[in-house]
Amino acid sequence: MITNPVIERIKQDISDNEVVLYMKGSPVFPQCGFSAAVVQILSNLGVRFKGIDVLTDPSLRQGIKEFSQWPTVPQLYVKGDFVGGCDIVREMYESGELEELLTERGVAAAQQA
Amino acid sequence: MAMNASEIERLIKDGIPDAIIVIEDLRGDGDHYAARVTSRAFIGKSRVQQHQMVYQALKGKMGDELHALALQTTAPSDA
Repeated sequence: MITNPVIERIKQDISDNEVVLYMKGSPVFPQCGFSAAVVQILSNLGVRFKGIDVLTDPSLRQGIKEFSQWPTVPQLYVKGDFVGGCDIVREMYESGELEELLTERGVAAAQQA
Repeated sequence: MAMNASEIERLIKDGIPDAIIVIEDLRGDGDHYAARVTSRAFIGKSRVQQHQMVYQALKGKMGDELHALALQTTAPSDA
């Protein structure tokens, strides 16, 4: 079997980090409104996550779409599983499902001050 | 790189024949849409799967010609 190094790297990243967001730009400087919206939601929930900027690497930008069979970025992964893009994350946040999922999967939220 | 709403509706309808589709042109620029899609085909599917079905119907146009389509999918039973 031929292994695609980009796909292998994605698998590695989503297994090494509890919460991973593939996005345009960085969490501090998102380059797209949809990415910014998901960063905002994760920050509201006090979730630590690894942001991976797909704009720095065209092969990653393409690879992540093939990996998840999902045509757009941002893409949120929790404990290795694809959760969704901006619309789904927003819907789940508003209904409380996202927090539930994170708790269920044992993702520690930062202690609310 | 814009698409008009009727073309989006037609493509979704081709892929998911029983779909009830409501499309809104969010900025009037033919590039930022919101679509609500309801179909019996969504029953028993996860949100990710439902959205994937719509993206599939759009035949690769999502993320390409179609820059921004905010999607909301519903199965009739939970509507």
